[in-house]
Amino acid sequence: MSRENVLVSAQWAEENLETPGVVLVEVDEDTSAYDNGHIPGAVKIDWKTELQDPVRRDFVDRAGFEKLLSAKGIGNDDTVVLYGGNNNWFAAYAYWYFKLYGHDKVQLLDGGRKKWELDGRPLSADAVSREETTYTAREQDTAIRAFRDEVVQAIDAKNLVDVRSPDEFSGKLLAPAHLPQEQAQRAGHIPTAINVPWSKAANEDGTFRSDEELRELYKEAGIDESKATIAYCRIGERSSHTWFALHELLGHSDVKNYDGSWTEYGSLVGVPVEVGAH
Amino acid sequence: MSGCGAPEQTATLPANIDAGKETVLHGKVLAGETPVGGAYVRLLDSSGEFTAEVVTSADGDFRFFAAPGDWTVRALHRSGNGETTVSADGPGLHQVAVTVG
Repeated sequence: MSRENVLVSAQWAEENLETPGVVLVEVDEDTSAYDNGHIPGAVKIDWKTELQDPVRRDFVDRAGFEKLLSAKGIGNDDTVVLYGGNNNWFAAYAYWYFKLYGHDKVQLLDGGRKKWELDGRPLSADAVSREETTYTAREQDTAIRAFRDEVVQAIDAKNLVDVRSPDEFSGKLLAPAHLPQEQAQRAGHIPTAINVPWSKAANEDGTFRSDEELRELYKEAGIDESKATIAYCRIGERSSHTWFALHELLGHSDVKNYDGSWTEYGSLVGVPVEVGAH
Repeated sequence: MSGCGAPEQTATLPANIDAGKETVLHGKVLAGETPVGGAYVRLLDSSGEFTAEVVTSADGDFRFFAAPGDWTVRALHRSGNGETTVSADGPGLHQVAVTVG
């Protein structure tokens, strides 16, 4: 795996807006951003209403993913370039999701919507329609998805990387600071987890730091490369960003994203919780 | 479930938010006296660590739910960047303005 295979620059994307077989997809929680202006030709995927099961807390299943991608006009052979707001959190989450269902040719737009806007590149509010396809997904690749029991087993055994902000890690805050703080679950972190905020992997403009900087970051933080790694955050999207950095950019072989993350773990009865900074 | 996406940025607090419990940092991004919409506003903690980011509304408004302490608010926009610091001594509404350009 190398950076060129998994990341494209804003410049490259602008030059390939019309390239057949390249599909830009904006992934946001708040789709009004897309509706007010998106990269010309890009289709949108709504993180909540289209990627999540409407009733249970889980993803849409394989058939649901096939239906979604078919309706969006995305084919199995298309190169999908994902971007979004929030420093690509939800785009990285969708990237992980595409990999989970076996889509090979998927890339992230480095810097996402922020870099695109800060560069002053064109946005369009025109409706985009693509011809429907017949998309075929594979079974979920659980080699990259962690569930709660294996997270509890991983305490003191695997690298647990908590990618939330230091205040969420210590238990001072329960959610990122742009959200209200009243929540049901306990505050704190999983014992033996190290805190490497996702933001340390990104530059101010939303692009990823260099491979060299990332290697140094995770080495300094104490990730043992001889062990498997599980990344988590609050709901699993910021940890997708770190999963991308560790697994896709640095090529660590065994890295899972725990999408249940703190909203699940912090609500479990009987599991150990640690508070305070290390 | 609510995600981590940026909620709509408005000058008034949503009805379900208790300003007596939340430490709210609220303000505007300005270029001179003109509000700047679509600016990326980053909240950094007292050690300079990134904590949160929102995009300003068309009226230049932004809002963070923080905790008591010292914060840096930094704004990025294609017209330029700027930052300011704010000390929140407790829960309540704390006003802050950031100028870019």
